[in-house]
Amino acid sequence: MRIYLDHNATTPPSDAVISRLASTLREEFGNPSSVHHFGQRAKAVIDEARSAVAALIAADPGDVVFTGGGTEGDNLAIRGAAEALEPGGRKHLIASAIEHEAVLNTLKALARRGWKTTLLPVDESGIVSADTLRSAMTDDTALVSIMHANNEIGTVQPIAQLAAIARERRALFHTDAVQSAGKIPIDVKALGVDLLSISAHKFYGPKGVGALWIRRGVRLQPPLTGGKQERSRRAGTENVAGIAGMGVAAREAIAKMDGEAARLSALRDRLEDGVLRAVTGTALNGTRSPRVPNTTNISFDRTEAESLLIALDLEGIAVSTGSACSSGTLEPSHVLKAMGFPPHRTQNSLRFSLGVANTETDIDRVIAVLPGIVEKLRSLTRTPVRA
Amino acid sequence: MSGGVDSSVAAALLAEQGHDVIGLSMQLYPQNGNHFGSCCTLDDLHDARRVATALGFPHYILNLEERFNDTVISNFVHEYASGRTPLPCAHCNSDLKFSTLLERARGFGSDSVATGHYARIDRSPDGRWLLKRSVDRDKDQSYFLFSLTQDQLAGALFPVGSLSKPAVRTEARRLGLTVADKADSQEICFVPDGDYATFVASRRVDSHGGAILDEHGRTLATHGGVHRFTIGQRKGLGIATGMPLYVVKIDAESGDVTVGPRSSLERASLTASSVNWVSADAPAEWLRVSAQIRHRHRAAPGRVRALDDRRAEFEFDDPQAAITPGQAVVFYDEDLVVGGGWIE
Repeated sequence: MRIYLDHNATTPPSDAVISRLASTLREEFGNPSSVHHFGQRAKAVIDEARSAVAALIAADPGDVVFTGGGTEGDNLAIRGAAEALEPGGRKHLIASAIEHEAVLNTLKALARRGWKTTLLPVDESGIVSADTLRSAMTDDTALVSIMHANNEIGTVQPIAQLAAIARERRALFHTDAVQSAGKIPIDVKALGVDLLSISAHKFYGPKGVGALWIRRGVRLQPPLTGGKQERSRRAGTENVAGIAGMGVAAREAIAKMDGEAARLSALRDRLEDGVLRAVTGTALNGTRSPRVPNTTNISFDRTEAESLLIALDLEGIAVSTGSACSSGTLEPSHVLKAMGFPPHRTQNSLRFSLGVANTETDIDRVIAVLPGIVEKLRSLTRTPVRA
Repeated sequence: MSGGVDSSVAAALLAEQGHDVIGLSMQLYPQNGNHFGSCCTLDDLHDARRVATALGFPHYILNLEERFNDTVISNFVHEYASGRTPLPCAHCNSDLKFSTLLERARGFGSDSVATGHYARIDRSPDGRWLLKRSVDRDKDQSYFLFSLTQDQLAGALFPVGSLSKPAVRTEARRLGLTVADKADSQEICFVPDGDYATFVASRRVDSHGGAILDEHGRTLATHGGVHRFTIGQRKGLGIATGMPLYVVKIDAESGDVTVGPRSSLERASLTASSVNWVSADAPAEWLRVSAQIRHRHRAAPGRVRALDDRRAEFEFDDPQAAITPGQAVVFYDEDLVVGGGWIE
C-alpha cells in the first residue's frame, strides 16, 4: 500500500465530488449564459456552489468569483488591482518573500512594466512581522499580498494584524489562502482583507477550479478579456462541473473541519516527533504554532533531499521538497532561504503534508523506514553533499 | 536516460528481461534562463519519461548541475585555457555517471547503473572486470570509458553494447518506443553549436593572447587566446600562405601558437598521465598493443610500458599525426581495453 503524504501538492477528490462532477457533466451540460432551460439548470448549479464556497470563507456569495484555480485567482487579484489602481498614481506592490510563485512571478512581471516591488523578509519561524510591513509601506503602495498559510512549512501569518496596517495606508490587501482553505476556519471579514484566493483541489475538489473573494466595492481590471461571465470579472464559459465539484468539496470541508484538524494535527505531531527522535541530524523548519494542522517540514543533515524523496517513493511513501519546477527537478527552497537557513537546510528538507486517508499505521511505517533510508544514503555519499 | 534511443532501449531491454528498473535522467544545466545544452532538454526529459511510463517503471530527474559544472565543465574550460583539447564525455563518465549517479543509484537499492553506451563489459576467469569495444565498431564508445575503475565497471551495465545501431533502432520499434527514429546527438552536449571558443570565453577564464609563429620562430599573425586552437587545426588561423599550415604546438604560458606543414604534426611516441589499467596490471615491460588517440582514430600498433606515478609511454610503429594533449590515449588488444590515460 502506498502512503500519500503530499496533500499540500494536491488531494484526492472525495467520492461525492467525483459523482457530482460526473452527474453535472451528464445532466447540467448547458451553458450558464444561455436563456433557456439548459442554461438555467447550469446556472443553478453554479449558484449553489457559490453559496457553498462562500460559506467556507464566511463570505457573501455575491462576492465570490470562480476562477481557473489558485494561480489564476492570484493573478486576477494582483494584476487586476494593479491595473485598476495605476491611473491613481500608486505604483508600489508589497509581498512576502515566502509567497507561492503565482504571487512572486506576478510581481516580477509587473516590475518589468515599471512597478516598484518590495519582498518582505520573514524571521526564522517563517512569520512576517507587523513592523516589517509597516516600515515597507509607502504612500505609493497599491497592494500588499501576504499568504495565509505557507505551502512548504504550513505556518500561518497574522493576516488580520497585517491587513489592518495596509488599510491604514489605504492600500489593498490580498491573501493567498490556497493552503489554509478547508484546513482551518477562514472569515474574510475577521481577517479584514480585500481579496482572498483559494483553490478547489487543495481540499478534495477537482483541479482547474478556484475562487477569488473580492470585497464589495473593490475595483479590478481583469487581465483576461472576453464575455461578461462572473459579473465581468472572469471571462469565459464557466467550468460548471468543476465549480459544482468545488461546491461539494467546500460543504464537506466545513462539515469535517474541526474533527479532521484535531485528527491530523495529532498524526502530524506523532510523525514530527517520531522523525526528529528516530533520525539523527534532523531539524524542524518553521514554527510549530500557528501552523495548519497537516504540515511539517524537516531538514535532514548530510542527506540530499532529492535522493531521500526518490528512495521514499521507491518504498511507496510520497512526500515532497516543497515546490517542484516544471521538469520535475528540485530547486533549493526559496521559503527556507528567506527564513535565513544555510544551503544544507534549504536543499535537504522534506515536506510531509497529511490528509484524509492517513492513519497511525501509515505514520508509524514512515517513522520505521526513514532512519534506515537516511543512514544508507549518508553512508553511500562519497561526493560531498551540496553545501 | 537521456531521452535518446540508446538509453531508452537499454532501459527497455532490462525491464523486458524482468529486472527491477528505475529510470534516472540527469539535469546537467539550468532548464530556464541561460539554457545552453542540446541533450537533456525539457523535450528529452519528456521523452525519457514517456519511455518509462510505457514500460511501467518509475522515472526521476536528478539535478546534478552543480556537480557537472564543478567537474566536467570546469575541466573543459581549464583544459582549453591551458592550450589542451579536452574530452568532456570521458570525464562525465568517470566523474558523474559512474561516480555520483552510481552512488545515488546504490542509495536507491540498485545493484548497477545501466547506460546506453556502445561498449561491452566482461569478466576474466580470475574475476577481473573487462571493458571491450561495441560490436558496432562505428559507434564504439569504449574510448570514452577507459578510466572506469574495477569498482565502477562492477556497477555498470551496457545493454546495447552487443547490438549494432540499426539493431538498436529495430529493438526500439519492436518495443514501440516513440524515440525509435530520434536523431543521434553528436556534439558536446553543453556546446550544441560547436563554438567552443565562445563558450570558453563566456566562462571568463584567463587565456593568453599571443603570436602565431612558424617553425623558425617568425611571427605570422597574432591571436586572441590559446583556447581558440587545437593541435592539427588548419582552419581559422587567419594566415594566408601558399601551403596548408597546421597548429603543431601550443604554449599556454607564453601564448605562442606554432604552425607548420602537415609533416611536422607527426610524432612517433607519447606519454600519458593518470593511466587506468583495465585488463591487466600496469606492464613494467614493453607490451604490444594498439593505441587510439582520439574518438575518430583507427588504433595504431606499437608498444606500451608503465612509468612511475600512474604514467605510461607509448611508441608507435609508424608516426601518427596530431597527437593532442588533453585527449585520451586508449590501449587495445583487439577489442579489449588494456588501459588508457590522458595525453601529456
